[in-house]
Amino acid sequence: MNTVLEVGYLLTAVLFIMGVMRLRSPATARSGNLTAASGMVIAFIVTVLRYHSYSWLLIGVTIIVGAFVGTYAAKKVRMTAMPQMVALFNGMGGGAASLISIGALHSSWSHGISTPGSSISALLTILIGSISFTGSLLAFIKLQELITGRPITFGAQKLLNGILLALAVVLGIAMAISGGSHDFLVLTIYVIISAVLGVLVVLPIGGADMPVVISLLNAFTGLAAAATGFLLTNNVLIIAGALVGASGTILTQAMSRAMNRPIQNILFGAFGKVAAGGGGGTVGDADGVVQTATVEDVATILAYSRNVVVVPGYGLAVARAQQEVRQLMEKLGQRGVTVRFGIHPVAGRMPGHMNVLLAEADVPYDSLFEMDAINPQFPQTDVVLVIGANDVTNPAARNQPGSPLYGMPILNVDQAQRVIVLKRSMNPGFAGIDNPLYINPKTSMLFGDAKASLTRLLRELDEV
Amino acid sequence: MLSHLLIEVYIFVLAVFVGFQLISKVPSVLHTPLMSATNAIHGVILVGAIALASSVHGTLDVVIAVAAVFLATLNVVGGYVVTDRILGMFKTKSAERPTE
Repeated sequence: MNTVLEVGYLLTAVLFIMGVMRLRSPATARSGNLTAASGMVIAFIVTVLRYHSYSWLLIGVTIIVGAFVGTYAAKKVRMTAMPQMVALFNGMGGGAASLISIGALHSSWSHGISTPGSSISALLTILIGSISFTGSLLAFIKLQELITGRPITFGAQKLLNGILLALAVVLGIAMAISGGSHDFLVLTIYVIISAVLGVLVVLPIGGADMPVVISLLNAFTGLAAAATGFLLTNNVLIIAGALVGASGTILTQAMSRAMNRPIQNILFGAFGKVAAGGGGGTVGDADGVVQTATVEDVATILAYSRNVVVVPGYGLAVARAQQEVRQLMEKLGQRGVTVRFGIHPVAGRMPGHMNVLLAEADVPYDSLFEMDAINPQFPQTDVVLVIGANDVTNPAARNQPGSPLYGMPILNVDQAQRVIVLKRSMNPGFAGIDNPLYINPKTSMLFGDAKASLTRLLRELDEV
Repeated sequence: MLSHLLIEVYIFVLAVFVGFQLISKVPSVLHTPLMSATNAIHGVILVGAIALASSVHGTLDVVIAVAAVFLATLNVVGGYVVTDRILGMFKTKSAERPTE
């Protein structure tokens, strides 16, 4: 019986790895997801064959209800709300890992069969899993804007986090050493501390830093799953957890690099407040003139160019103008204008989010270019259309060592022949930093809501 | 006993290396579905929840196990369905557009 289980788990691990391999190209990605899902089905079947001394009715109903709710939520969610959905599902996984360890630990205590080794795995899982659970729930609440998405900070926050973590470690060691059922109160306190830590870690993190947090929590849940694998001596959990942990870590690194901010700065810095102090008025000495353009001007410029690169930011999604952008692309395409999209890694609220939002509006993925692929193309580009993006186009990141953005990888739109910026007003972006791009003589500004401007632009293009 | 733990550590370390190799080759276009898919993969924690449910007896332990099964099921099913939905939207120029 155990052989069936182990062979099944081996097959699952292979299918998971093959599934992730197929995620390397958009053409094979969907089948890759199905490959991984079939691995999951195998793991489920061999597990149920091996472990079945529970109430079938109870577990069966639980799984059916869970599957129904999960499918419903997954089918209903809007693509703009994807980050909070992923955060929520991620939190569920973390919570499950934590509960499994609580249950296993409690059960081993009552049978007097706990060992320090298994206790340590369980306690580590409870700590990481609970942080992931409450942290993800708070991330969901923030992204859903049930409470403010801005950083929430208070005086002794770091100190409090440190004290709680130290307390958790002390309690954990005490429980691992003594290992008896009288520790249940201590275990409860330990779980509560872990859960509070999750809240405290995410509380000071603001909207634009969310891609980093979501990646990090994903890595946490992966590690929690791997630690559960050590506890239950379950190899497929160890392998899957390691894969997810690696993925979350890589994405976290990629995101913090794209924002030019070390991870500890994001976790402890509360960006909005730090940058506002250091970055205000960096272009005050330049005193350039902002040139505005009319919709007619922009339509004419676009219609008579050959190469256009659109740089979308999250402002595009906020204005719900993805469909209009795709129509613009098609309309210009009919005139023989090549339209491509240059996408910064942190455009959106989770890694790669903007690609999904554009794919939803039927923009073909072979028109979407990563930052490193599009940057060498800007000098040969006639017009760049910046829509709802700000800091990721700010040349201060390249040439003003005093700017808080200095060193951040940006889209070098100022190297194109002309730049047109669609923007609601001259207000600075999320970071509160002036953008010298806007006073560049090559740049024209078209003020107004992105969707309204694009709609007028589409109409105007018919008459050029 | 120790050798058993050591084998598990071996598996973990090697899987981490495989993970880093695999994931670092995923283009940023696919980072959202990647995260969503790996999110579903850690839902395999469901097998742990089922194993736990099979070994516990007290009321409290059963409640904990059932809650774990529920959360893990949400994670697995929701994760795969949402990933499939996202990936279904990625099309090339030549692909047919269903509407219009």
